[in-house]
Amino acid sequence: MTSSINWFRFASPASFFPLAQRLAPWFAVSAALLAIVGIYLGFFVAPTDAQQGEAYRIIFIHVPAAWVSMFIYIVMAFWCAMSLTFNTRLAAMMAQALAPTGALFTFIALWTGALWGKPTWGTYWAWDARMTSELILLFLYFGYMALRNAIDDPRRADRASAVLALVGAINVPIIYFSVKWWNTLHQGASVSLTSAPTMARIMVAGMLVMAFAAWFYAIAVTLLRVQAIILERERATGWVGELAGAARGAK
Amino acid sequence: MSAGDFLAMGGYGFYVWGSYIVAVVAIAIEVAAVRARLSAARRIGSEETDR
Amino acid sequence: MTPFDAAIAGETSAGAWSGVGWAVARDLRLALRSKAELGVQLLFYVIVVSLFPLGVGPEPALLRAIGPGVLWVAALLASLLSLSRIFGSDFGDGALEQMALSPYPLPALISGKIAAHWLTGGLPLVVISPLLGMQFGLSGGELTVLSAGLLLGTPILSLLGAIGAALTLGLRAGGGLLALLILPLYVPVLIFGAGAVDAVRGGQSGGAQLSLLAAGLLVAIVGAPLASATAVRIALD
Repeated sequence: MTSSINWFRFASPASFFPLAQRLAPWFAVSAALLAIVGIYLGFFVAPTDAQQGEAYRIIFIHVPAAWVSMFIYIVMAFWCAMSLTFNTRLAAMMAQALAPTGALFTFIALWTGALWGKPTWGTYWAWDARMTSELILLFLYFGYMALRNAIDDPRRADRASAVLALVGAINVPIIYFSVKWWNTLHQGASVSLTSAPTMARIMVAGMLVMAFAAWFYAIAVTLLRVQAIILERERATGWVGELAGAARGAK
Repeated sequence: MSAGDFLAMGGYGFYVWGSYIVAVVAIAIEVAAVRARLSAARRIGSEETDR
Repeated sequence: MTPFDAAIAGETSAGAWSGVGWAVARDLRLALRSKAELGVQLLFYVIVVSLFPLGVGPEPALLRAIGPGVLWVAALLASLLSLSRIFGSDFGDGALEQMALSPYPLPALISGKIAAHWLTGGLPLVVISPLLGMQFGLSGGELTVLSAGLLLGTPILSLLGAIGAALTLGLRAGGGLLALLILPLYVPVLIFGAGAVDAVRGGQSGGAQLSLLAAGLLVAIVGAPLASATAVRIALD
């Protein structure tokens, strides 16, 4: 009987490392290709918007960045849950590797959102629900990274930041709901980022392609970063030495 | 659309290019930083075995 | 008997409620020994609240507008500042480790500690805020809802804050890190607490916001001691 892949084989840093090495370039190339297609769709195929003119084209970077920033937090929280449940180092290392990229996309979402807000609503920062929640998400990422950084023992850092990420994940819907409520109370008409639901299909297609581009990029960078983290944290083990010895021997 | 029109983006060029250029720069910085971290980590790995 | 005696007596488990009671009584006793520290906390709240008129000017309409927000933000900051009290000294002298090893469930002991923390920290804020609210020109109805909100909200601040305090036990990083970790979690409490007062101002009852705070309090009472206990064990390992 042929058994399916034993995923737990990859649960150790030593066996996951070569897998990450092999996969990263594929995701990087895919991301680049998707980005080229997405940009082409967004700038050369999608028509000018009736209300916002050419300024709306920012959505092809803003909305994908926002989606990916939230998605990365969910994935990060998932790995944190895995690391606490199974007490594995690799799951915690994955979460550790994801956080900076998540913070990066959150920053990009905030920056591009501000530059989109100025020509559209007249102000760089409108304190609307989604942007304010995105700002709080940035603080959640920074908090995770700051807590990891403040704890010297890597295993304590793993566990403590995992608890923090999970508490944050549970709170994100609550925070979003409360900010949304606060915003509608204070602003009357709600401001929505994507204008009417009847968005031209080509615009949605462009956003989706860019979202996949961003997601694949995030995977590629995370796989690179986790390789670095594995080497840093496992440097006392034999297999890292063998790896280094093989690399030197090959020269 | 001419090249000039493309850059101007209907008058919104500052906002559109301000967004994309910052995003590209941020990504470039992240990629450079991660690759530097990985090569530094590889060097540590080989140093450890020299002992 | 105390957790320490119970452990020595070799008991393997002990009632949760008696653990809560013991922890509340002990922490209250310890806190009331240093009344000056508690007084300073309250004074911090009063001072921070007084800074705002000094910063924005005494114009009554403006103060009325920002009053609820100011009182709530100051309550958040005062709570944040006091969080190290919950575990700080017990972590330092090893008592926390004893509690973790004792047969009493650690979440129960922690609930007791948080309750004592709120009684000595948050409750005084609730009592004094009507006075401060009057300085901002809030009406009677607004003051009532403000106090009710703080009564429901300050325990939430203690409960959520305890998680942060447990995660950062013994770290050099200091209060700034704790603020970064906890303040995003405090945001909904702030929004609904201040929002309740605004609702009254707009002619509604504020009941929806207060109900949400009450619901949040119930969830926090159940969840925060468990999360804090996990965090304490992580810090003690």
